[in-house]
Amino acid sequence: MSDYIIQLNNISKVFEDGFVALDNLNLSIKKNEFLTLLGPSGCGKTTTLRIIGGFEMPTEGEIVFQGQKINDLPPHKRKVNTVFQKYALFTHLNVFDNVAFGLKISKTPKNEIKERVREMLNLVNLQGFEKRQVESLSGGQQQRVAIARALVNRPEVLLLDEPLGALDLKMRKDMQIELKKMQEKLGITFIYVTHDQEEALSMSDSIVILNEGIVQQIDTPINIYNEPKNAFVADFIGESNIIDGTMLQDKLVHFCNKDIPCIDTGFAKNEKVDVVIRPEDIDIKNLSDAQWTGKVTSVIFKGVHYDITVESSDGFVWLLQNTDRQYEGDTIGMSVDPDDIHIMKKVIDL
Amino acid sequence: MRRWLSYPYLVWMIMFITVPLLLIVFYAFTKQTDGGIVFSLDHFRQILDPLYLKVFLRSFKIAFISMLICLLIGYPVALFLSSKDFSQKSTYLMLIVIPMWMNFLLRTYAWLTLLENNGIFNKLLEFLGFGKVQFLYSEGAVILGTVYNFLPFMILPIYSVMVKIDESVISAAQDLGANSFQVLLKVMIPLSLPGVISGITMVFMPAVSTFVISRLLGGGQFALIGNIIEQQFLLTGNWGFGSALSFVLMVLVIISMFFMNANERNGKESML
Amino acid sequence: MSKSLKKAYLWLIILFLYAPILVLMVLSFNDSRSRATWGGFTFRWYIELFKDRDILLALYYTLAIGLLSSVIATIIGTFAAIGIFGYKKLSYSLVKNISYIPVINADIVTGVSLMLMFVFLGINQGFFTLLLAHITFNIPYIIFSVLPKLHQMDIHVYEAALDLGANPFMSIIKVVIPEIRPGIITGFLLAFTLSIDDFVISFFTSGPGVTNLSIEIYSMARRGINPKINALSTLMFVVVMALLLIVNKRSASNTEKKVRRDI
Ligand SMILES: Nc1ncnc2c1ncn2[C@@H]1O[C@H](COP(=O)(O)OP(=O)(O)O)[C@@H](O)[C@H]1O
Ligand SMILES: [Mg+2]
Repeated sequence: MSDYIIQLNNISKVFEDGFVALDNLNLSIKKNEFLTLLGPSGCGKTTTLRIIGGFEMPTEGEIVFQGQKINDLPPHKRKVNTVFQKYALFTHLNVFDNVAFGLKISKTPKNEIKERVREMLNLVNLQGFEKRQVESLSGGQQQRVAIARALVNRPEVLLLDEPLGALDLKMRKDMQIELKKMQEKLGITFIYVTHDQEEALSMSDSIVILNEGIVQQIDTPINIYNEPKNAFVADFIGESNIIDGTMLQDKLVHFCNKDIPCIDTGFAKNEKVDVVIRPEDIDIKNLSDAQWTGKVTSVIFKGVHYDITVESSDGFVWLLQNTDRQYEGDTIGMSVDPDDIHIMKKVIDL
Repeated sequence: MRRWLSYPYLVWMIMFITVPLLLIVFYAFTKQTDGGIVFSLDHFRQILDPLYLKVFLRSFKIAFISMLICLLIGYPVALFLSSKDFSQKSTYLMLIVIPMWMNFLLRTYAWLTLLENNGIFNKLLEFLGFGKVQFLYSEGAVILGTVYNFLPFMILPIYSVMVKIDESVISAAQDLGANSFQVLLKVMIPLSLPGVISGITMVFMPAVSTFVISRLLGGGQFALIGNIIEQQFLLTGNWGFGSALSFVLMVLVIISMFFMNANERNGKESML
Repeated sequence: MSKSLKKAYLWLIILFLYAPILVLMVLSFNDSRSRATWGGFTFRWYIELFKDRDILLALYYTLAIGLLSSVIATIIGTFAAIGIFGYKKLSYSLVKNISYIPVINADIVTGVSLMLMFVFLGINQGFFTLLLAHITFNIPYIIFSVLPKLHQMDIHVYEAALDLGANPFMSIIKVVIPEIRPGIITGFLLAFTLSIDDFVISFFTSGPGVTNLSIEIYSMARRGINPKINALSTLMFVVVMALLLIVNKRSASNTEKKVRRDI
């Protein structure tokens, strides 16, 4: 048996209306991994989860769970549980009965149900809420009920579909930490969906970046951030300056009217590429030492640093992040170290 | 805004809604004696007369059976229609609604043509070599007519509650291990209960007060409360008794309204 | 259960709902008094229908009452809704609840109560009482179509009109009524349809010589089968379908109100 708990092999999903939601998706998930599906709204994250949960049949490809193909297994027979996007709590049942639902279905003895529900409510910090109607709870509390309701069944894999999406910022941060702790403590595989890159970077063991149903990159958070595979990933993870360029030779790229040294090799001569530069990697220099000069068009204070936009003489608008304040209308110089320049193959637009 | 704009209606409302109902109450609770008009419960006592009590019980029995049949037939219709794998919901819904807009008398009359002794059903039986059956002027015919007329009133309220049930709640139940039957039993039925309750009142109330269906399809033999009321006002002129019967129907409406409201309120309260 | 099984069940129900109507429609072209043998195609019943003075008169009354009662109810009901909208909480719910009575009450009770009232007032029953009765049960539908639109309306448009110098009445005519027009039109169409469809209330409130189509059908049907009714059914079905296409484009909620009305 492989060490993967779930494998998606060549999964495609075409909806009845002909819309291609997933295109040849391959994904292997290790036991006890915290894996995050990250991508803009509509990229196919929920569809992927629904295919794993059994609510959607893939048009093509196979789903393998612990070495067994489970394409035809209905949802209620799969050993995964889901925390739904808007919680999907049962409004006709109170907190206790919501959490106990799965256990009652599986005919767990009454005493054990009581014990396990109590335990689970403790885990999610909802002790004493047993008799409450779910609709009388706050968003954060409902969300905890949804997590408890899924976890109490001790699934091998927990699927979470933007579980923190409806919470305010402060609560979201707290829950991120709690969820991560829970996952480590229980040793359950989490497949987590979000469109929030910060959330993905801070919680995951590995991240799958999806766009328009196609996997862009699968990697650890650090690698995703530092070595984005293409301009889409670079742009989606943090902010980036993405500039059209031409590779002149190994380690030399032409963009913004300048030939600039870099560290990338292996491109064809004169190949059109995307040049990606993180805003925090652009240094502000004296005009004489600079690679480019430009006029500051706006300065916004962001707490620790300033977001500075600079328009260079060729018309390109740069985004810089710097802790030193600059002033609108000033002309400043900019340069970039060779190893902060990321050269990427152009994504061919279909 | 301008409250006086409503004054013409207020006059109208008092004259044609409030006072007429008070008149019913007045006639129901009084009787004419030599000493003038006096308070009396005689008309209500008359309802307990075995002759009328039988009609009363029959009305409730027929209305109850019809309601039950509507529920049994109609619930699956609402359930199937609201399930997500039905793509042309609105077309089916239209098809179910359209007959309701057909004149109520014509809908009832249609069954007269089908069920009568020389009607299509009997011709069919004859053709198949069976003998004729007296369909018309039976309790069954009245029930059939009632079910036919009011079935959509059962389907629509249940359907409109069911389509609002979040698809993901059903997914959640499956996710937690419930099979289709358990999903129906533990999630769909409890959540659609408000629709069921309004469906029940919407079928039961008109069924218990009808006098057209029983007159046309039941002949004279199967008189219901509605027929007795009609008789009192248009034939025998015993308005007191007719009013007492009407009063009972009114109380019934109020009770059912109370149920529906409580039901609605519960729904709303738990929404907060 | 499989999808095709569900579909089959739905079609069975639809068949149950339509078969009787379709049989009537087919029989309306049957050149034989018998209901079960086909005597050839004919327009005879339609011709007889249009020669029947009673039916034509009933048609006339139906349309006249329908039009008059819905127009009058629309005027009274629209202004009523605007007025009620400004009530304090208690009187608002009191008037709203009383207006709701004719909607939920058994028709036979509404009909009988109105009949008692007309006798009490000493009005001879006939065209006039029929009209009064129809206006009475129509007004609530106007009110309940218009009130939601008033709630949706931005109350500041009325204040803006006042601010710009219009007097209260002008503000209502020029600003408020156009804002709530969809509700008014929906209510009017609903009232008209319900009026031409009504039987029970009309039965108790009309008088000698004045009948509408429903009453006419009832008295014909009581005497037994009559192919003219088949022809009438077919025509009414076609007209109702046409009306429905217009009304239903406006709002799907009408159906729900019709459900309540039929009770
Ligand atoms: N049942 C469906 N029929 C057609 N298109 C669908 C259906 N469900 C989802 N889609 C489309 O598939 C795409 C991916 O949806 P989803 O997986 O929900 O995106 P997200 O990444 O935001 O969760 C979206 O463009 C959505 O409109
Ligand atoms: Mg989603």
